[in-house]
Amino acid sequence: MTPELKARFDEAVRNNKIVLFMKGNAMFPQCGFSARALQILQQHGQVHTVDVLADPEVRQGIKEYSNWPTIPQVFINGKFVGGSDILMELEERGELAEMIAGKTPA
Amino acid sequence: MLDPNAIRERIVGALPGSEVDVRDTTGTGDHFEARVVSPAFAGKSMVEQHQLVYAPLQDWLKTGELHALALKTYSPEQWKKFGNR
Repeated sequence: MTPELKARFDEAVRNNKIVLFMKGNAMFPQCGFSARALQILQQHGQVHTVDVLADPEVRQGIKEYSNWPTIPQVFINGKFVGGSDILMELEERGELAEMIAGKTPA
Repeated sequence: MLDPNAIRERIVGALPGSEVDVRDTTGTGDHFEARVVSPAFAGKSMVEQHQLVYAPLQDWLKTGELHALALKTYSPEQWKKFGNR
């Protein structure tokens, strides 16, 4: 991952409360896991999405950035939260809303 | 082909005192799900909890011998709160 790419990731997660690195975009998700993650997050507010399929460098780089092997990836309040399984579990436990509200650390 | 017990032993070895259930979800010895309750998870984010479980399984994950492991992780306190769902 180049320093330029890292800076782009830093900026995206710093400037947006909810960021989803996904396959496809919000209009046309290209993967069921990405679609489900987007659906859950959109219930909690505006989601900034990044299509990893649009740029191979981003697709590989985000995995190094978060040290997590799969897409989708969710960042809340600047911090990496997990993939689709963790997101669903957090939603079921009622912890996602608190995290987004900043009541519990992400 | 992996045996659920082999996976279980590694997780318990890395996280002593944990309660671990591993199930082969497809019957093919490469897709599993695990429930791990561990005191080591207290105060950790879910990502950190999952990474602690994946750590002792890295070689299997790298070779693809272990293709998928769906995780549910709980600290003892979280288990009391959310375990009965």
